[in-house]
Amino acid sequence: MNTPTSTELDAIKSLKQIAREEFILPGTAICGGCGGLEALRLAAKALGPKTVFVNAAGCFTLLAVFPYTPFKGAWLYTTMASAPAGAQGVRDALDVLMARGKISPENNVEVVVVAGDGSTYDMALSATSGAIFRGLDFWYFCYDNESYGNTGMQMSSATPYGARTQTTPATTQTRAGTEHGKKDLFEIWRAHRPAYLATVSPRFPIDLTNKFLKAKHLRGPKLFIAHAPCPTGWLYDPEQTADYARLAVETGVFALKEAVDGVVTHTYVPRRKRPVEDYLQGQGRYRHLFEPVRNEEAIKQIQTQVDRYWENVHETTGAAR
Amino acid sequence: MSTGKLLTGNAAAAWAARLADVDYIPAFPITPQTEIVELLAQWSASGEMPARFVSMDSEHSMLTAAGAAAAAGARVFTATSSQGLLYGFEVLYTIAGWRTPLVLVNVSRALASPITLEADHNDILSARDTGFLQIHAETCQEIVDSILMAYRLAEDQRVMLPVLVNLDGFTLSFTREPVILPTPAEVSEFLPLYQPRHAFIRGDRPMAQGAAVLGGVPYSYFRYQQHLAQENALTVHEEIAQEFAARFGRRYGLTESFMLDDAEQVLVMSNAFATKGKAAVQRWRAQGVKAGLLRLRVFRPFPARQIAAALAGRRAVAIIDQNLAPGLGGITYQEIASALYQENLRPPLMSVIGGLGGKDISEAEFDAVLLDLQRLAQGERVKSPRLLYTRVEQERMRTLLKIAGKEVRA
Repeated sequence: MNTPTSTELDAIKSLKQIAREEFILPGTAICGGCGGLEALRLAAKALGPKTVFVNAAGCFTLLAVFPYTPFKGAWLYTTMASAPAGAQGVRDALDVLMARGKISPENNVEVVVVAGDGSTYDMALSATSGAIFRGLDFWYFCYDNESYGNTGMQMSSATPYGARTQTTPATTQTRAGTEHGKKDLFEIWRAHRPAYLATVSPRFPIDLTNKFLKAKHLRGPKLFIAHAPCPTGWLYDPEQTADYARLAVETGVFALKEAVDGVVTHTYVPRRKRPVEDYLQGQGRYRHLFEPVRNEEAIKQIQTQVDRYWENVHETTGAAR
Repeated sequence: MSTGKLLTGNAAAAWAARLADVDYIPAFPITPQTEIVELLAQWSASGEMPARFVSMDSEHSMLTAAGAAAAAGARVFTATSSQGLLYGFEVLYTIAGWRTPLVLVNVSRALASPITLEADHNDILSARDTGFLQIHAETCQEIVDSILMAYRLAEDQRVMLPVLVNLDGFTLSFTREPVILPTPAEVSEFLPLYQPRHAFIRGDRPMAQGAAVLGGVPYSYFRYQQHLAQENALTVHEEIAQEFAARFGRRYGLTESFMLDDAEQVLVMSNAFATKGKAAVQRWRAQGVKAGLLRLRVFRPFPARQIAAALAGRRAVAIIDQNLAPGLGGITYQEIASALYQENLRPPLMSVIGGLGGKDISEAEFDAVLLDLQRLAQGERVKSPRLLYTRVEQERMRTLLKIAGKEVRA
């Protein structure tokens, strides 16, 4: 096993440079085609074996079901609203135990919060704000499947405008389904000036890996929002996860970007954006926008939102205008 | 050499955490607990304590950080009160389920609504089923001693559960009493360094903690384990109490018997107001009444056998609850009645509610309880639960209601 792990390398250029070793093993109770798990699998390769995943209630709670765990690292299930506080406790404990000579520095681990968007955007927003404010040296991995997925696809504040969920049904009164826009968590987090902040997609593994490798050099909050296409909740065939992950980026619906010390750079600027319809159509959660009659107004609103967003991004540098 | 100091209950709690040489203190302020974390913040900042102190964003976060740090292998102390305990409530069950041995001090304060500041025990008793052990202190000395004993208890391999140590807001938290503080050397002999064997996070020994279970079979197993560990704690506490007495000269039982040997009329009380009960007992003894008091101290595990043994054969027993379960009555009354049910010499019992929101229990109210106890001993029926409220208090309340524009019938 002389294959170098990605932890030993700097920015990579090809898929072959991603570590072959798996740190999250298969065979869990997570849905087939889970985009979030694929993103976490890639993230774990960059993070390496010495990790503790501090989990919030959500889909990924089912990763570690007694007596099994798929992780080569450690795991601690906390609550839905306080995984970042759990990370604080673990980080502080390890720091003070090392400072007092009670454990050796070789036993130090990276502390990684794993939370869905229901926890991240809603319940744990204040606990996360607290952890970032305190400058906690930790990782936050949000798998954003844009709904309360583990309970069966109810609206969260990450649910985008136009998506139908179990609690925001499409009716003659509420034709768009979800009528709120998605909360801009990236900007909320960015206002806290974390050491590092990025969005990642499981279909852009080199971009994802490089962001984690880059963040490894930084102390402080390292925060990631992972686009997590969800066949079970978004209602498409599990084998299409990679397609929807790619389409989200190429239509410009999901922007790949990072912020270092608050300065935003888009790491991928779709040159000729495909129409949002290419992404929406085919997902069951958007079907009511196309059948039985097209909801032109809603589709246009989604397209306009995306266009407006990219108008403010410099095409070649990816910087915010 | 041990040293005597005049300390408030809060300062006593802080000193105990300092002497226990804790590694970590996540904190959040709430009246009447705040003085504890302020002192610990000062000592941590100045280097007088090697512990790490961190100000958290809520009690929910604070308790999560506390439990997670204990799960990582640190010795952890924290404190809260009232609304704070309830705000972090789900985390109490979580921490107990993790089997992490931390100590949490609760400074009792009555619960909103209406929002208020002074003590009663609805806050701490709401946590009775969480899996935390509970020790209720009467004096500032007992706070120090109970916290030191609590770490031994929590970290014992036969227990491995967190402990709540309770003290009353205002009546104890802000009352100065003489306290003998043991030296750090004396404490470290009694309470050696915490060596985690079950709960820790280490790069070379990864472990999944708090993993989900599917179905009732593993769930029941882990819950039963908590119960069995609580049962073990009854024995472990006695071992620790004996060693503590040998080292420091103060002996604490699961319960405390006061003038109980030949007592016929018995009060059952807990926490700081037990001192008032003891004063009433002494007064009655001077009048020739064979009165006594049983103080509840270790409330979880519930020492049912000891309580039954202390109360069986008495002529009448009044359980004074400084708490109220609306629609039911006193909370500890129910547990004591059930502890006595199997006894052949079951005494007649009555339930009394008093001291809610820090309301005083006056001599006259104690005397009214004694009158009831004597009637009860004669085989008469008395009102139970009796809600203590004096005529003077009723008049004061009527005035307040009048100002609020509410007329009440006399």
